[in-house]
Amino acid sequence: MGMRVLITGLGTFWGSRLAQQVEALDDVDVVIGVDTTEPRLPMERTEFVRTDSSYSILNRIVSAAGIDTILHTHLIVDSTRQTGRTLHEINVIGTMNLLAAAGAPDSMVRKLVVKSSTLAYGATYQDPYFFRESMGRVRGPRTRVERSLLETAGLVRDFALDNPHVVVTKLRFSNVLGGDLGTVFSRALRLPFVPEVLGFDPPMQFVHEDDVIGALLFATRHEIPGIFNVGGDGTLPWSEVRSIVGKRSIPLPPVLTSVAAEGLRALRVIDLPPETLALLRYGRGVDNSRYKRAGFRYRYSSVGAVTAFAEGLRLERTVGERHPAYRYERDVETFFRHSPSVRPAATEPSEGEPERAG
Amino acid sequence: MDETGRGPDEGAVTAADLARPRRVHAPSPEPSGPTAPAGTRLDDAGPVDDVEPVADPGAAPLDEPDEPTRGTVYGSSLVPVRPFTSDGADRPPMDELRVSDVDAWGRSEKLRGLARTLYDPIYRHWFRAEWEGLENVPTEGGALLVANHAAAIPSDAPVIMHGIEKELGRPVYGLAEYLFRALPVMGTLWSRSGGVPAHPDNAYRLLHDDRQLALVFPEGAKGPGKLYRDRYRLRRFGRGGFVQIAMRSGVPVVPIAVVGAEESMPIVWKSPAIARTLGLPYFPVTANQLVFGPVLGLVAYFPAKFRLRVLPPVHFDVPPDQERYSRSRVMDAADDIRNLIQDALYDMLRHRHSVWRG
Repeated sequence: MGMRVLITGLGTFWGSRLAQQVEALDDVDVVIGVDTTEPRLPMERTEFVRTDSSYSILNRIVSAAGIDTILHTHLIVDSTRQTGRTLHEINVIGTMNLLAAAGAPDSMVRKLVVKSSTLAYGATYQDPYFFRESMGRVRGPRTRVERSLLETAGLVRDFALDNPHVVVTKLRFSNVLGGDLGTVFSRALRLPFVPEVLGFDPPMQFVHEDDVIGALLFATRHEIPGIFNVGGDGTLPWSEVRSIVGKRSIPLPPVLTSVAAEGLRALRVIDLPPETLALLRYGRGVDNSRYKRAGFRYRYSSVGAVTAFAEGLRLERTVGERHPAYRYERDVETFFRHSPSVRPAATEPSEGEPERAG
Repeated sequence: MDETGRGPDEGAVTAADLARPRRVHAPSPEPSGPTAPAGTRLDDAGPVDDVEPVADPGAAPLDEPDEPTRGTVYGSSLVPVRPFTSDGADRPPMDELRVSDVDAWGRSEKLRGLARTLYDPIYRHWFRAEWEGLENVPTEGGALLVANHAAAIPSDAPVIMHGIEKELGRPVYGLAEYLFRALPVMGTLWSRSGGVPAHPDNAYRLLHDDRQLALVFPEGAKGPGKLYRDRYRLRRFGRGGFVQIAMRSGVPVVPIAVVGAEESMPIVWKSPAIARTLGLPYFPVTANQLVFGPVLGLVAYFPAKFRLRVLPPVHFDVPPDQERYSRSRVMDAADDIRNLIQDALYDMLRHRHSVWRG
């Protein structure tokens, strides 16, 4: 019997790309994706269900579809894209409802994979250069995103304690870069001037988006309970990131940094959420060896991810957007999935990328 | 806002938490080398003095897939997990994509070289540093250099680092107060020229994984902050954290006695009240300020003759990578090393004829 997978946040880049990979696996029977917005990428057999942001109907979906694997990709870590309230709804309340559904008495769920962020470690001058999974933050959370991530962490931990029969894997991803998606750093590096805090040149770690998908898929296919950091090998100074991408910098003052950043943000010169300001001062590295010991192999180092991003940027500058825009049409998708007129051959994976075990 | 009522630390899921409910596995049948015996991991240690026992999160659940009922894919394809002990061999080489030579510790050999060129005249002609027992510094492998600390703005750290790098050609990383990292410009220069925040995990990685030389002053700020009349009387050696780090990393401690630093910038008076107001460890008035004026006196050292004696390495007869070491054993070792340095200082002072000519 194959897996029956539920993916949250199908409308995000992560959810869509992960769904493409998961549906290409042979031993997956069912893929269901939930989100408030439509999928961004074409999918062969993933069923899309529109929900509200806090997943209040998940309980019914999970039991009706006999879901045994939940991939929770929808934790917001970029506060510039949502208001504080939405963020809380999605991260905390959404996770709460999801875990309630997964822990229901008749639930078939045996695996939960959570995509989290190394933002959970914070960034202060008292940090170690490389955080290990068992280390906590040095200081309490300052911003809404960080608070919501910690609350979510508590929910996930409680769930793991209460449901010892469920394999709970939590992946903490480092700063993500790649050609396809907009993250805090990819946007910062696309601007004509890259922000820096004057007098600071912190070590930064990056993970390529392919490795993120690979890591999520790896956790889906293997039984590896626990928390794992996912970040490319090594760190590199922020100034080096800038010179690889070939951008000039716009310095923020070392005092009253957040005031200056707020002003520049209002003028649309930079686009930085408050939690990255500390990162531009002190940087953050995580020890990625635990996930390697579990068997995961990275394709990109930190500098590799930056270089790949820079190459993508150069190509984009010349030929423009590479990917044809995809628009989800419910009728069309339903037709291909469920109409008796569609012959099975049409459902073969056509352009899905070859699956990677990591 | 904090609905779960959790503090930041309680709220964070630790790997141990997630791993706890899982059942214990038999040792992996794969020939994956010796499995790490329980409790031989450092990686979960926080600051050395706050180490708490943690359930070993890494070893058990990763060994083999949990539920073999899933079918064929999950179990067999999991790569055998290597034991924790990383000897540095599995670390990737420096990425050839890098465009700067800043290493994981923020040190740039180029900048360090420049600093050496600029500092060499001071080392040779101003302080006229002379070494004995340099053969006691290991030429390969990690070692923790431990020295007495003096002068309002310590002059001993650059002399020791410069001397060993020049005489032995081995880089020395200077473990120091975190506060450096919080300073703009200064902090960056400090880190580029070999300074590393003295976090226990940083020290462990430097000594154990990277097999480097690290220099530490166990007296901390109490050493340079003492009055001239207390010169060459060692303060308390912290809480023995340096011994614990050396034991854990499996490296020897190399004691170094330094004569000359005390007279290079003696403190004649200090104000605890001003220090408290400014948030500094001490606020001194130095003899240099009385002679050279308040500003120039901050940077101008007296030309005291430096003599440095490297004592034979102290090896610890304990297994590395333990989570805890007997407190009494650690304190005894710290005390022994302190006495070694103190005795060497008295001996050197007995033979010193002049502060300026040695």
